[in-house]
Amino acid sequence: MGKSATSRTILLLAPLLLFLGLAYVVPFLGVVRWSVTMPEPGLGQYRAVLTDPLVQSVFIRTLRICLIVTAAVLVMAYAIAYVWVRGTSTQRMLAEFCILVPFWISVLTRAFGWLALLSNRGLINTWLQAAGIISEPLALARNEFGVIVGMTHFLIPFAVFPIASAMRAIDERVLLAARGMGASRSRIFWSVFVPLTYGGLIGAALIVFVFALGFFVTPAILGGGRSVMVAELVYLRIFQSPDWGLGAAISVVLVLFIGILLALMRRFIKPAHLVG
Amino acid sequence: MPQRMQLGDAKAAEIKAVSIGKTFGAFRALKDLSLDIGRGEFLTLLGPSGSGKTTFLMILAGFTAPSEGRLMMDGKDITDVPAEDRSYGMVFQGYALFPHLTVEQNIAFPLKVRGRSSADIKRRVGEMVERVGLTGHEKKLPTKLSGGQQQRVALARALAFEPSVLLLDEPFSALDKNLREMMQEEVKRLHQETGTTFVFVTHDQSEALALSSRVAIFNHGELLQVGRPQDVYERPENRFVAEFLGEINLLPLDALRLDGDKAAGQFEDRTIVLSQTRPQIGPKAVAAVRPEHMTIAAIPQNAGHNAIACWIEDATYLGAVTKYHLKTRSGTSIAVSMPTAATAPFAHRSDVWVSWPTEQGFLLPHQNETRA
Ligand SMILES: Nc1ncnc2c1ncn2[C@@H]1O[C@H](COP(=O)(O)OP(=O)(O)OP(=O)(O)O)[C@@H](O)[C@H]1O
Ligand SMILES: [Mg+2]
Repeated sequence: MGKSATSRTILLLAPLLLFLGLAYVVPFLGVVRWSVTMPEPGLGQYRAVLTDPLVQSVFIRTLRICLIVTAAVLVMAYAIAYVWVRGTSTQRMLAEFCILVPFWISVLTRAFGWLALLSNRGLINTWLQAAGIISEPLALARNEFGVIVGMTHFLIPFAVFPIASAMRAIDERVLLAARGMGASRSRIFWSVFVPLTYGGLIGAALIVFVFALGFFVTPAILGGGRSVMVAELVYLRIFQSPDWGLGAAISVVLVLFIGILLALMRRFIKPAHLVG
Repeated sequence: MPQRMQLGDAKAAEIKAVSIGKTFGAFRALKDLSLDIGRGEFLTLLGPSGSGKTTFLMILAGFTAPSEGRLMMDGKDITDVPAEDRSYGMVFQGYALFPHLTVEQNIAFPLKVRGRSSADIKRRVGEMVERVGLTGHEKKLPTKLSGGQQQRVALARALAFEPSVLLLDEPFSALDKNLREMMQEEVKRLHQETGTTFVFVTHDQSEALALSSRVAIFNHGELLQVGRPQDVYERPENRFVAEFLGEINLLPLDALRLDGDKAAGQFEDRTIVLSQTRPQIGPKAVAAVRPEHMTIAAIPQNAGHNAIACWIEDATYLGAVTKYHLKTRSGTSIAVSMPTAATAPFAHRSDVWVSWPTEQGFLLPHQNETRA
């Protein structure tokens, strides 16, 4: 890239950089300051993050939920992407509909939608009870299960794009070649098709995992306060039990964790795999 | 799972295509194509882009179903047998190697599919790697190989499981001239060593002539002629085949007379005598003569030759041969190539005689006839 091209790039990116700086970097520096000054100067809050059993249990729960959600999202997004890329034209349209519609509905609406389905008096429990299959309502919401269902549903579309783009990049002749050598459909799928989409899968996993780490609305609604994740904990520390220092320290640790994760992943995958 | 038809046993198979047709929507990509492919032969499908070569190869492989006609192998009807059960070796245009597998793993793939023992696979892969000259590259991924090396992997992979038929779709079109010639030699050698039936697609006529035991010439989805290289080159049945296989001089003839296996006609003020193998030719015909069958001299050649008066327009020195561009009195262009060593250079613009033995020329219809 020539010098003028570089400066043009910077010029074009300037509004975005300015916005990111004002909206994220400056406030984040404020948060960092709180974490080392409140209630008194020092690293006391960080010590608390590392030792407080409550904070730790929230971090562990968050990681557990994010891992389960990521796995569930990848499996379902893979199936949708497969139909979207390789299905008949009707199947493709259907898949596109499934991918796009969730984008038009707010996260809040969707969380309440799931609550309507999963809660004790929700549709599922009512039906199952009416059908006599269960006598007591199943605990589907206001717990970790509900949170996982809601988050998985929200995140699937974000994983479909990178996976589908990896699938589109596969040379049809490579699959034909495998068939011509006598490979069965399942063998072609598992030993040729899937390995050729690893790049997209890793990209999708990263997007979903990082996104899931910061989830707030869905766990707050579907967890019913019993299954608190990190973002909700920060909210509670800052707005309910005013303990700004601890809330700030938790935020900083979360941002650092995500930063390290992104830096590690950058070494393994190309950015193109993320956007699809 | 239905019982799999076991086909890949025979070392070389014989294939018979009977009235194969293929339509894509309203477009007829193949028209009433019948062709016998002999056991162990090296058949080349030759034709311009879009003539249906790949379509026919895909039908042979079983990846595409024909719209009409049947396909027989060793006397069995295989029209409805899917590709995975035909198990022919196939080398695709652009190689189609598995990008995530090493050279070794690529070659081992068809063997694993067949459930061979790992010792057997190891032995066979080693053998194939050596046979195509890839020793030392076994652990590399395809992207780390040159075009020629990738081509070798594709060949080794296609031949590893000893298929009864090997199909190759323009395997060398991406290689430069030297590499291309080297790979042609290699494919020829592999054909001799394995004894497998080879069906090879190309749009390069010299490649077709150099490699094949027979050449099938395609145009617009039709099979125009099949024959040994020297037959299609020296006795083409129509102008398309004649012109597609290499440069050819065409002299329109008047007052055509057929007399047994000979034909005679007037070109300018000369009588041209030709051998004639197709009695039902139209009233208007052309005499066709390859440039290398003609010679230039200061006087007309003696008996058994045709001769026409020309003047030399241009001469191009090409090393072993020199190529002359001439004009007849009526302005018809003539090309003659002669071994440089055998001739003294002729002066520019000089009047000369171009002659050729009567048995080297042949008659072709004046117009390109097309089958309905
Ligand atoms: N799946 C398809 N749908 C519609 N038309 C097709 C399809 N496959 C091939 N054709 C058409 O059939 C004709 C023959 O194609 P084919 O690929 O067999 O040509 P080819 O002789 O292999 O040419 P090339 O030398 O360019 O590879 C072309 O006009 C092509 O556009
Ligand atoms: Mg082709």
